[in-house]
Amino acid sequence: MKYAFRRLSALLLTMLIVSLCTFAAFSGISGSAAEARLGTQATPERVAALREELGLNRPFAVRYAEWLSGFATGNLGDSLTYRQNVGELLRDKVLVSLLLSGMSFALIVLCSIPLSLLVVRWAGTSLDVAHTLWNQFCMSVPPFFTGLLLSWVFGVALHWFTPGAFPGLSRTGEALHFLLFPAVAIAIPRIAMTVRMLRGTLLRELNRDYVRTAISRGSDRNSVLRRHVLKNALTPAVAFLAQMMAEIVAGVIVVEQVFGIPGLGRMLVVSISNRDYPVVQAIVVILAFWVVASNTAADLINVRIDPRLALRDE
Amino acid sequence: MNAPLLTIADLRVRFHNRDHDAVAGVSLSIGQGEIVGLVGESGSGKTVTAMSVAGLLPRKRCDYSGTILLDGVELLHADRRILRGIQGRSIGVVFQDPLSCMDPLMKVGAQVEETLLLHTDLSKAERRQMALEALAAVELPNPERVYNSWPHELSGGMRQRACIAAAVVIRPALLLLDEPTTALDVTVQAQILELLKKLNRESGISMLFISHNLGVVRKLCTRAAVMQNGVIVEEGDTERVFRHPRHAYTRRLIDAIPTRDGRRESA
Amino acid sequence: MSALTRASPFGMNREMMKRNYYLCAGLALTGVLAAVTLVGFFWTPYDSAAMSADKFLPPCAAHIFGTDNFGRDIFSRVMEGAGTSFMIALSTIVIGASGGIVLGAVTGYFGGLADEILIRVGDALTAFPSILLALVVISLLGPGKPVNLVISLGLVFIPGFARVTRAAYAEAREINYVKSVRLMGASHARIMLVHILPNTAPVLLSALTIGFNNAVLAEASMSYLGIGVTPPDASLGYMLSEAQSVFGRAPWYALSTGGVMILFLFGVGLIGEGLRVREGEIL
Repeated sequence: MKYAFRRLSALLLTMLIVSLCTFAAFSGISGSAAEARLGTQATPERVAALREELGLNRPFAVRYAEWLSGFATGNLGDSLTYRQNVGELLRDKVLVSLLLSGMSFALIVLCSIPLSLLVVRWAGTSLDVAHTLWNQFCMSVPPFFTGLLLSWVFGVALHWFTPGAFPGLSRTGEALHFLLFPAVAIAIPRIAMTVRMLRGTLLRELNRDYVRTAISRGSDRNSVLRRHVLKNALTPAVAFLAQMMAEIVAGVIVVEQVFGIPGLGRMLVVSISNRDYPVVQAIVVILAFWVVASNTAADLINVRIDPRLALRDE
Repeated sequence: MNAPLLTIADLRVRFHNRDHDAVAGVSLSIGQGEIVGLVGESGSGKTVTAMSVAGLLPRKRCDYSGTILLDGVELLHADRRILRGIQGRSIGVVFQDPLSCMDPLMKVGAQVEETLLLHTDLSKAERRQMALEALAAVELPNPERVYNSWPHELSGGMRQRACIAAAVVIRPALLLLDEPTTALDVTVQAQILELLKKLNRESGISMLFISHNLGVVRKLCTRAAVMQNGVIVEEGDTERVFRHPRHAYTRRLIDAIPTRDGRRESA
Repeated sequence: MSALTRASPFGMNREMMKRNYYLCAGLALTGVLAAVTLVGFFWTPYDSAAMSADKFLPPCAAHIFGTDNFGRDIFSRVMEGAGTSFMIALSTIVIGASGGIVLGAVTGYFGGLADEILIRVGDALTAFPSILLALVVISLLGPGKPVNLVISLGLVFIPGFARVTRAAYAEAREINYVKSVRLMGASHARIMLVHILPNTAPVLLSALTIGFNNAVLAEASMSYLGIGVTPPDASLGYMLSEAQSVFGRAPWYALSTGGVMILFLFGVGLIGEGLRVREGEIL
């Protein structure tokens, strides 16, 4: 419990720092961006009025505190482009992006575990080389290229879904069906990375002394794996998969563009082009929170698997 | 004398990545209820000999020949499946480092029970009962608590006792001990030796005790064999080997025993 | 990296090369692609911007990758685009690696408070998607300029290199060899440069290959999103976004552009694999 408390407060602290840095960075330039928006009409009076309207004249600490509380209340200020509250603007998009990253994550977990158990058997054989080559190749395929191929083959040619026409979250079944394709595109290189990591971990664990002990008791390979090795390989795997969440989010940002999915990534790209900083900073903090929270969740899961972890730090 | 429990005849092992035999023609036998010490410096082949008996040779990565008979059953060339029926059931093994040899993520009780799970049809409650008895038999205080502990929660000596309990829980005919006291403090070492003697006395279990320390072997074993470069250079009654060593290497090993500690322990 | 031996950092003799197929294959593949790319800086079969009436020509003898919707020769465009991608990735790595190595070497070697802070900040930063960080930096600098793209990517790659270098230097600091050189009167700078750096080379080289691939991918992603390289410049990523809109008419555009990029990443990935095999890493 103490460990959980420590982890959660570390999560909060990290997010405070991240949000503070983000807010500070963007508030430095958002004033000038707003002025730029006025263009040729920028008289001193208009600029002053605009600064007043955007609340740029109040102390930094007050503005930061207000903005931060907006993540709870949903009031994150107004978008400069859409003249709409950022919270409302992003609400559905957050869910879409989280769903997509969750599906990619599920695919990675479901595929890489059996695959790594398979390739571990190949270690030291000639199949090992073939696997390494194939694995390296899969890691080299950028998700947006796979996405492009998938959206053409399954969308345009086979009509399994319509690229660019995301059905919306209210039609859950269709939405999941649609998101499966981008999820695959994101997952392929990550599956390769995960298989590679799991293979290394499993091989390392299989060489440990406790495996020899289990064999000396008469265990066969499968029961050694099932009873001992898998559990020991689990903690590094969970930590790795949590780090993989950062990679998945990177994939989501790009692949949303390929498939025309109205999510955070697409909104982020559009807002950066429009210099719509209230939107950008909110999305950055949300995505960062998603990644950091995944890592904290992994820590909390791992300490349940391996009680030694709670003793390790501090 | 009865037929020996274990007979090793002309055992040879050579690993593929080495250019000399790790074991170069070892013959050794262990009688029922006997404790035999196998002594030698690291690399002398004593551990490889023991691993061959325990069925832990990496068969794909070495050439091996000879025979190992346990109660008339050939082990060295036995089919994996047959071997698995003997490992744990008839041969228990205790290794050097009790920390790394225990699964860090499995409670001690479950590890002690593992042999029962693999080789018997006992119910969960019965297995637990036997594990608790084994933990008590190795003189662990509060077996109940140890049963529910994680390996990292025990001290080195307690861990090694738990490992011994795990090896003898099913009452195998032969116990292989590969430097079981090397990683322990001297006082704990003496206690473990006493425990092994007691187990041998009470349940008649035969033991092959591997050590680089002749002093330890002298305290425990009735017979001793000295290994160097893959061959046994001297073998005989422990006291005889000690008092009248015939081989120069044995003499060197005896000279290497720190006398003060040795005397104090044996007192 | 167990013992500090003064081996040449690139000391792969012929014997090693023979056995290290990954390294050979990677070097060969990357070498061929790099050579073609290099030629593209000076000469391309056609003017890559020249439009013609031959629109949507499939690959043929005259245009081995076909032509696009403006009748431009795709092979020439790929040569040039690969050059842009390559240069941006290279500059990114130069900024990221030099910044990271200096930072990591100094903090790792001297330790102390700066070291602690760097570890914490690095841990936090490496947890973030690199592309998200790069997007933040570029939106602060202003999108659409290649210089800003290089700066933002370069900055983002610093923590990763700093982390790897720091670990290697912190380890080397404790080794007796380094301590004895210090007692013999060598200056800190000399120890860091002459005595430790060559020994960190295997780790750093492997990190460089991974970093390079990440830089190519990040550049491609950002240019694809329209935030990196913009016309009239073309990089592989930007060309893929162009190719997507004409995929139905000219699938060879996307396939050849993507294919070249994948082969590039694959080749460098193999080099990294080979370097790690040479280091005896099982991973």
